[in-house]
Amino acid sequence: MSSKKIYERPIITKNQSGFMNKFGSSSLVKPKVEIDGVLVKDLVDKWGSPLFVISEKQIRSNQRNALRIFKSRYPKVQFAWSYKTNYLKAVCAVFHSEGSWAEVVSEFEYQKARRLGIPGENIIFNGPDKSDSALLNAINENAKIHIDHFDELYKLIELTEETQKKANVAIRVNMDVGVYPKWDRFGFNYENGEAWQALKRIITSRNLKLIGLHTHIGTYMMSADAYKTATIKLVDLAKGLKNNYNLNLEYIDLGGGFASHNTLLGQYLPAEEVVPSIEQFADAISSGLFELSGSLDELPTLILETGRALIDDAGYLITKVLANKRLSTGKRAIIIDAGVNILFTSFWYKHKIHPANETGVHTEESAIYGPLCMNIDCIRESIVFPNVKKDDLLVIDYVGAYDMTQWMQFINMRPNVVMIMQDGTVELIRKSEDIDYIEQQEILPATLKNFK
Amino acid sequence: MKNFIVPDNIAISDSGFIFLPSTGETFTLNEMGKEIFKLLQAKKSLEEISSEIIKEYDIDEHTLERDIEDFILRLKSLNLVIQV
Ligand SMILES: Cc1ncc(COP(=O)(O)O)c(C=O)c1O
Repeated sequence: MSSKKIYERPIITKNQSGFMNKFGSSSLVKPKVEIDGVLVKDLVDKWGSPLFVISEKQIRSNQRNALRIFKSRYPKVQFAWSYKTNYLKAVCAVFHSEGSWAEVVSEFEYQKARRLGIPGENIIFNGPDKSDSALLNAINENAKIHIDHFDELYKLIELTEETQKKANVAIRVNMDVGVYPKWDRFGFNYENGEAWQALKRIITSRNLKLIGLHTHIGTYMMSADAYKTATIKLVDLAKGLKNNYNLNLEYIDLGGGFASHNTLLGQYLPAEEVVPSIEQFADAISSGLFELSGSLDELPTLILETGRALIDDAGYLITKVLANKRLSTGKRAIIIDAGVNILFTSFWYKHKIHPANETGVHTEESAIYGPLCMNIDCIRESIVFPNVKKDDLLVIDYVGAYDMTQWMQFINMRPNVVMIMQDGTVELIRKSEDIDYIEQQEILPATLKNFK
Repeated sequence: MKNFIVPDNIAISDSGFIFLPSTGETFTLNEMGKEIFKLLQAKKSLEEISSEIIKEYDIDEHTLERDIEDFILRLKSLNLVIQV
């Protein structure tokens, strides 16, 4: 035995002259054996595969870093955690314990924030869909209601008159910030004067208290300059309110949208090299705020609803290799146990994917597919990846944003989610689903019970 | 059992480098890939290749069979072998 030579699987690689970087250099594919000091293998032994893992430490460090960067440029800054980005209780609790408010876009999200003990006044209620009962509740609890359209504005006037209650409101403004696609579906338009109209209508209503201005110019924004433009336009409205009505706003809310470090599918260079840093976004916004004058007391608070940039890199998905295949084209395919239904962001990101073990140095262009019996279940069309075998574990990076809210229960159950706490212990924060959980919502009509 | 041959105009260097004159494409093989490719060039059958490797290397028959199968499929798709 020992006299025999060490075997390595036979491999052939096609050389691509001047094109070596097409799939990202293979040096990017480094094994990831542990997350925050916990072995990937141990995590799977205990909690199964696939498994979402969230790092408490990373969330806190992201949030503190962002707050420090903004506060060093503008004195009054408040973050509001964007619930839709990840509304697992444990995740929201970490953000809230760092001082963040809640930014919600539905009655469901509003309730989630309230159940975590967030007072109404620290909840920003956005979105085009707020039912009468949701609005009434938000009025009663002094939530900050961001009005999306005139129908909502008139509904609020009606509700506050009926109940003789005051509502704290802001309007969402949409505008041209020079980027495509232009988000003009939400809120009132700046350029055509609609936003100003709405503000005037609020000021003349007895029971609406105008406290802020809001915009959210898009998501995964690659231009810091767009934020400067947006800030200047909101500041212009704020100055108009001051000059015409002597009104000082409590806050200006620039929404979310900072790009995270995930690379988009069509993007050639890695995101780290092309997306603006938080510092650059902060520079752009604070330079727009310079136009504001007045004492510190009069200055509005800058609110930020940053989502993906604060959590993407705090989330990992561990997955197991089910099989290796050769496609008819000769390309290698790796089948893993996590599908697009739980990794929704694979529709727009080229996630970094690592083997969880040391592998040979040879790599091969491969496709990575999920386990669903569906052609769309492609995690990655093409990646240069080392050889992995059945039952090997892989770690997919940067899945903290949107995957754990937009995931779908399809064909199989959604998996466990654990959080690695600051002290290195691991806590289960969402149990994997089982058949009882899925079926408890179903009702089989009596007439269908005894089919034979 | 199927057998495969390497077209005569394809050469492999000692370092495991292949140049395909018809298309200008080049390929790199690892040690084991080079060994198997040379055995294919020497017109050995898959059984012969397999037993030669098992003699010399620390590998079980099933894994080797799968690996060779996969490797040949890949060579076929790159037009580096022809089935006979
Ligand atoms: C109103 C609002 N605020 C904040 C966010 C968070 O955005 P992001 O995750 O891009 O930072 C969103 C997401 O689309 C949003 O619609």
